[in-house]
Amino acid sequence: MIHVERRAPLRPPVAAVVRLAGVAAALLLGGLFLAATGHPPVAAYRDMVSGALGSPYAVQQTLVKAVPLALTGLGVALAFHAGLWNIGAEGQLAMGACLSSWAALTLRWPGWALLPLMAGLGLLGGAAWALIPAVPRALFGTNEIITTLLLNYVALLWVDYLVFGPWADPHAFSFPYSRPFPEAARLPLLPGTQVHLGALCVPALALGISVLLRSTRWGYEIRVTGSSPEAARYAGMPVRRTVVGVLVASGAIAGLAGMIEVSGVIGRIQQGISPGYGYAAIIIAWLARLAPWATVAVAVGFAAVLNGEFALQTSGVPAALASILQALILFSVLTSEFFIAHRVVLRRKRREAWVPQEVPAEP
Amino acid sequence: MTGHLLLLWLASAVVAGTPLIFASVGELIAERSGVLNLGVEGMMLVGAVSGFMAAVHTRDLFVAVLAAMGAAAALSLLHAVLTVTFRTDQAVTGLALTLLGAGLSSFLGKGYVGIPAPVTFRPVALPGLSQLPLLGPVLFRQDVLVYASYLLVGAAWAFLAWTRAGLALRAAGEDASTVDALGLNVAAIRYAGVLTGGALAGLAGAYLSLAYTPTWTDNMTAGQGWIAVALVIFATWNPLRAAAGAYLFGGVEALGFRIQAVGGTVPSYFLRMLPYVFTLAVLLVVTARSRRPAVPAALGRPYFREERYG
Repeated sequence: MIHVERRAPLRPPVAAVVRLAGVAAALLLGGLFLAATGHPPVAAYRDMVSGALGSPYAVQQTLVKAVPLALTGLGVALAFHAGLWNIGAEGQLAMGACLSSWAALTLRWPGWALLPLMAGLGLLGGAAWALIPAVPRALFGTNEIITTLLLNYVALLWVDYLVFGPWADPHAFSFPYSRPFPEAARLPLLPGTQVHLGALCVPALALGISVLLRSTRWGYEIRVTGSSPEAARYAGMPVRRTVVGVLVASGAIAGLAGMIEVSGVIGRIQQGISPGYGYAAIIIAWLARLAPWATVAVAVGFAAVLNGEFALQTSGVPAALASILQALILFSVLTSEFFIAHRVVLRRKRREAWVPQEVPAEP
Repeated sequence: MTGHLLLLWLASAVVAGTPLIFASVGELIAERSGVLNLGVEGMMLVGAVSGFMAAVHTRDLFVAVLAAMGAAAALSLLHAVLTVTFRTDQAVTGLALTLLGAGLSSFLGKGYVGIPAPVTFRPVALPGLSQLPLLGPVLFRQDVLVYASYLLVGAAWAFLAWTRAGLALRAAGEDASTVDALGLNVAAIRYAGVLTGGALAGLAGAYLSLAYTPTWTDNMTAGQGWIAVALVIFATWNPLRAAAGAYLFGGVEALGFRIQAVGGTVPSYFLRMLPYVFTLAVLLVVTARSRRPAVPAALGRPYFREERYG
């Protein structure tokens, strides 16, 4: 008879091996899917790896791609620490991009003044967009998964309105984008690289968030609120203020990612600034088990998948493969978490006394 | 004249609300069994594309609907295996399911974008009933799937309220250990709940691609799966209220189209925001008014027999 029971936590290296086996299983499933749809999987994966990491240029492009993924991932993970689901990073990113684009398209300032203002507006746009679901979540417990998600659609329609309407490029025949930003509104590249200045925000924020969570009073309150709001309330912590603060901070980070994308990568505001960074961010944060530096590492891995997938599209593999692979990787790792926490045993039908064991904490 | 416009609007509210009924009643059944499935959007997309592809190849609407329901149910089986058997987090699994469904549907539907459906559901006036004043034109000059949705709402309500199986399903969502102690199989009940939800989400998708806008485009659900999830909360897990809510939301969506059709001056982007903003507003009002909504007590919690007394 198959029987499932909790087991003592595996040693971290063993657990890591189980998780990697999960990722391998996902790639295998993805390969089966490719083969089933008539694309040779080995060649496809080889093209993906060379497309993402095959040259110094490709590696740098992967790092650039990792910036919005890491930033939104860090923001989403921060919210998760307080037990909050920010599924709205996609919309917050778009609103940050909108506000900072306003400055880029209207102000004639020099770069040293314009770029900080744009960054500030990016933070503000994302924060404001996150404030809308944050307040009802704090006051009435309104499910933030649904509210943050619905606001994504509103934000994307708002971008559509701007780029087809008031901000449409007069020289482009109803293409969904604004005129290009002036040079002063573009983030400079790091000397000697293809990577823009905004990439520095990633290690800075990862460091900031790990310090915040580990060594500050607010970080402690966030973690307690996340593991037990009742305990936090009983301890006299301002739970509502923490909820609003964390969601707004999470949104601000996503908004900054939006500013960095329009200023550092795209150079204008357009329809589809983000090919789903905000959704990938949730998977990234989860796979990294919410740890800031791990989030950055997983984001780089996801960026490699996205860029490798992009290289594949020239050989006729549809763009949707990337999101399929992301989902498969998450499913496999979630399943491996089960095998890390449980033991499956075959045994005869005989009742034994169950001995309680130490139960590992869920992320 | 205005009366005629009003009837047109109400009739299109019913049409726009029908996919929401299928999806939200399905999600409601899954949630009543204790499993939150945030993959509705993805399952609807897979249903929409599978139904459409089957319609193109077989030109048989019945087969198309079966294909849509089967494909979406297969996707929901993945959710059931992960959340019920492997006890993964229901919210993140459901989100990934939406991502997977969006990717899969776009992958599968690549060669089908933009072509009109070769066969579609067309309105069939019900003899007698369609002659009723007001109700006739609004409710009884619709297509077969709309009539099916009326039956579904009644059947789901009766099933949950009156039958032994419905009681077991609700109990699995409230207090799984009691169900287990009664000798019923909690996992089987939850699998059934999730699969029913998946099949109905697929039906909702098929309604979009074969009746509502009979064609396939990437991400054609445009958030309707999420509105359906919100509707379940609005409906306090009651199928009758879910239907009322679906028509309300359908009415808002149809209103946007009507305003565009009569040449309003509001940019269409703002009209298309209406359903989302309205959903948001309704959620706020509902949650602000009731401090303790009627959430199934075990919703989101995996059941593990050995932790029964823990």
